[in-house]
Amino acid sequence: MNPIMNSGTTVKSVIQVKLRRFAPTHLEVVNESFMHSVPEGAESHFNITLVSEQFAGKTLVARQRMVNQVLAEELAGTIHALALHTLTPDEWFENGGQTPDSPPCLGGSKS
Amino acid sequence: MLIQEQLKEIIDNNEIVLFMKGNPDFPQCGFSGRTTQILQSYDVRFASIDVLADDAVRAGIKEYSNWPTVPQLYVRGEFVGGCDIVTQLYESGELEQILKPEA
Repeated sequence: MNPIMNSGTTVKSVIQVKLRRFAPTHLEVVNESFMHSVPEGAESHFNITLVSEQFAGKTLVARQRMVNQVLAEELAGTIHALALHTLTPDEWFENGGQTPDSPPCLGGSKS
Repeated sequence: MLIQEQLKEIIDNNEIVLFMKGNPDFPQCGFSGRTTQILQSYDVRFASIDVLADDAVRAGIKEYSNWPTVPQLYVRGEFVGGCDIVTQLYESGELEQILKPEA
């Protein structure tokens, strides 16, 4: 059990706290679980947009690995799906500050 | 053969491989479906492996790449990324160079 977790603490808030280490200039953590066939109030599907200077000069795979490492515990446990958009402040400005949509659920495994 | 060796063989023997949930005709997850659609928009052949068909593959591929989610795209033995990265490379035009370097 995650020591940070206690009653009233949400996975979303844990993610937000953990991602602060990237000193984000912009951070969005959206719980998209309602789009999927999971129980009401579930925190299984997230869409994260993380804008940080720390991603500069790094490949997309390297950036996501940095985030996956920080969220390893959540990814091994409660998180089933994670859409992850990792941008530098310059890239975020260039794309107009838009978070891409996640695709609709097609059913399949919920484990 | 160990699952990691089997996975390496699949990845080494297929120029483009997508590990996904379901198959290209019937994807079982939106992220796998979107990645399939992007690949199909190029005139390339790709192998697809349904991780839902085999728990050993499903767990093994996450270990192989040290990547926690599916889909996973491999091109000429290199891990390219999952749905978000493939989408971003598609939008930037870089994916075509990765899939068809000779073009």
